[in-house]
Amino acid sequence: MSDVVNITIDGKECKAEKGMTILQVALREGIDIPTLCYHKDLEPYGGCRLCTVEIESRGRKNYVVSCLYPVEEGLVVKTRSPEVEKIRRIIVELLLARAPGSPELIKLKEEYGAKEEKFGKEPIFCILCGLCVRYCSEVKKKYAISFVQSGVKREISFIPEIALKECDKCKECFPLCPTSYAQALYLLTQALSGGPST
Amino acid sequence: MQRISSYEDFLKLKNRVQSIMASSERIISVCGGGGCSSKDGKKIASALKDELGKKGLEEKIKVKLTGCHGMCSWGPSIIIYPEEICYLKVKEKDATEIIEETILRNRIVDRLVYEDEKVGKTPHLKDIPFYNRQTRLILGYNTKIDPQSIDDYIALGGYSALVKALTQMSPTDVLEEIKKSNLRGRGGGGFPAGQKWETTRNAKSDIKYVIVNGHEGEPGAYMDRAILGGNPHIVLEGLIIGAYAIGARQGFIYTRHDAPDLLKNIETAISKAREYGFIGKNILGSGFDFDVEIHLDIGIFVSGESSALMRSIEGKIPEPRPKYIRTSVSGIYEKPSNLNNVETWANVPLIIENGAEWYSKIGTERSKGTKLISLSGRIKNAGVIEVPFGMSLREIVFDLGGGTGNGNDLKAVHFGSAMGGSIPKELIDTPLDFDACAKLGAPIGAGGLLVLDEKDDMLELVSYFLDFLSTESCGKCVPCREGIRQIRKLLKKIKDGSGTYQDVETIREICDVQKEASLCALGRTASSPLESALKYFWKEFESRLVKEK
Ligand SMILES: Cc1cc2nc3c(=O)[nH]c(=O)nc-3n(C[C@H](O)[C@H](O)[C@H](O)COP(=O)(O)O)c2cc1C
Ligand code: SF4
Ligand code: FES
Repeated sequence: MSDVVNITIDGKECKAEKGMTILQVALREGIDIPTLCYHKDLEPYGGCRLCTVEIESRGRKNYVVSCLYPVEEGLVVKTRSPEVEKIRRIIVELLLARAPGSPELIKLKEEYGAKEEKFGKEPIFCILCGLCVRYCSEVKKKYAISFVQSGVKREISFIPEIALKECDKCKECFPLCPTSYAQALYLLTQALSGGPST
Repeated sequence: MQRISSYEDFLKLKNRVQSIMASSERIISVCGGGGCSSKDGKKIASALKDELGKKGLEEKIKVKLTGCHGMCSWGPSIIIYPEEICYLKVKEKDATEIIEETILRNRIVDRLVYEDEKVGKTPHLKDIPFYNRQTRLILGYNTKIDPQSIDDYIALGGYSALVKALTQMSPTDVLEEIKKSNLRGRGGGGFPAGQKWETTRNAKSDIKYVIVNGHEGEPGAYMDRAILGGNPHIVLEGLIIGAYAIGARQGFIYTRHDAPDLLKNIETAISKAREYGFIGKNILGSGFDFDVEIHLDIGIFVSGESSALMRSIEGKIPEPRPKYIRTSVSGIYEKPSNLNNVETWANVPLIIENGAEWYSKIGTERSKGTKLISLSGRIKNAGVIEVPFGMSLREIVFDLGGGTGNGNDLKAVHFGSAMGGSIPKELIDTPLDFDACAKLGAPIGAGGLLVLDEKDDMLELVSYFLDFLSTESCGKCVPCREGIRQIRKLLKKIKDGSGTYQDVETIREICDVQKEASLCALGRTASSPLESALKYFWKEFESRLVKEK
């Protein structure tokens, strides 16, 4: 069995290696798919769902997240069907209620015609993309920040004992944050715990 | 006890335990299930034993503390065999009278007897509509056996299916029988069990797992607890047979962390089965090895979802896995893992023992066998029942359930809890069937049936489910987490009388996105109760909306 598969993205025929995701192929081909929780050095997370695309496989239409969906022979992908646009618009609107003013969300808002005022604001300035949490555990292996609580109460939280020892000399997750919340939360954690231990 | 290592050994054992069971003149079965143990089942059993002791009857007449009898709103219930006299709402202080009147003088204690307008006072199980309309293939054991006793189960035919499978059938034979029976998963999806088994069986790997999903996180559902608490062996037997067919040597029972009695029953069942050689190395001399571990669940509802459950077994946080690969191919530690619900596994011994042909005569064309249903809400006879697929919802609610029981008219029945939907009373003649109910927007789910009367408010019901999901989901993905947050706010606005038609449109938009883009089935079905309420009870929304000028 050959390891190369043929897929079509927005009418363009592409060759891809087995094991690649739709997003990886699209990126290579210069086809734009928006993402919020994807990072090339991290395990795909599938949390923001912004990278959703429409696929047709064995005659059936489906919506999948491109950062995780593995390519298969004959796959037909549409990255911008009306339904996909609607999904993305609403995701952006839902997130704008939580992180108003985030530059990345503002850019997306314009692209997808989202309304900033669609939902009543309940800002926490974190969109729970998990980039900081995952970077700290997967790349740095320090586990200084984690998710706490479940459902609508989910939050990120620094573990003060680890954070005060490790974060000052690292701070590598701050620039990954789409809203600058990670940095703010860290400063808060530091202040509440009486400053860095060094 | 010696390990059973052949068919002949098993027959000898079976004869022995059957004659022990037959040696008691009478058996008094006292319900110790979920609803009744909180209502003194244990105390009643020991009061009965004391009385028997005083009369010197403890050898002839046995008292058994059993699992759930099913008639929970009438509990504690006791049943006296062989006459099958049923006493309800029994109190500890009734023990003396029961022994003196019924046991010594063969007289009925009138005030403990079932009564309704149609049948009047009826002491015998066979005359009580709640029982006589059921087909208790699985639950039937509950009233007759001590859940801690493997011998009780064997005396009533238990483990015969395992012995048959391992001594007379090849793994493929077993698989084919299950496929032919059209057994569908009872945990919510109704997926064909045989097909799932085959996927795991065919997956390339030396290590494979089989798992029992006993999480039962749905509010108002007690079916799985009724089975595991009443007769854990039937589930264990099904699991061992499944493992044999699939080629798994390790199994897991994922069960509730907050039910110590249930856990004890399962632990005892496993250790007894091991003692008898039904678990362990070279089971019944067949060369097949299998072992089982218990794993306690994490309280949160989403941990019952297949991939979340498997992560939980790996010791990780129970979040659904976003990958597009089935757990039957890559599950626990990325090994092929076949997960089935408690009730699904409990059906397996029945099918193997009696054959797929027998099994497929019960039920409808595409929903075979029986289904356990938990009746709750506005219903007279609340509890757990087992009925064949195809029975009409009317029969379930009115004939077995006794109607709303509060003088109010029926409004709707709601299936599938927070992931299901409601069926209005006009459609009450719908048969119990996976596909017929799903088509109406009220998938059976795991079998929790909530009855609503005319005074119930659909918006309150829908809000209740969304409140539940708002903390019982994991919160990982945006459509589910943020969608639920905003829908709840919009619903509150409508309930407060300031909602608009536009708000309803916005709700519908969020529902669409949740269905299409959520990571797991929780988010993808979170909108089902709401959508079914909008479809069948639109007036309740509309009457509260701000009228357009
Ligand atoms: C949020 C969520 C919760 C679930 N909870 C349960 C549960 O408590 N018990 C169960 O058997 N299945 C539950 N399921 C269904 C399982 O994912 C899985 O489909 C089932 O256990 C498979 O067994 P079956 O095919 O025998 O039904 C749940 C699914 C979801 C999405
Ligand atoms: S749909 Fe809900 S429960 Fe499922 S992964 Fe997303 S947030 Fe978690
Ligand atoms: S980028 Fe794919 S889900 Fe977030």
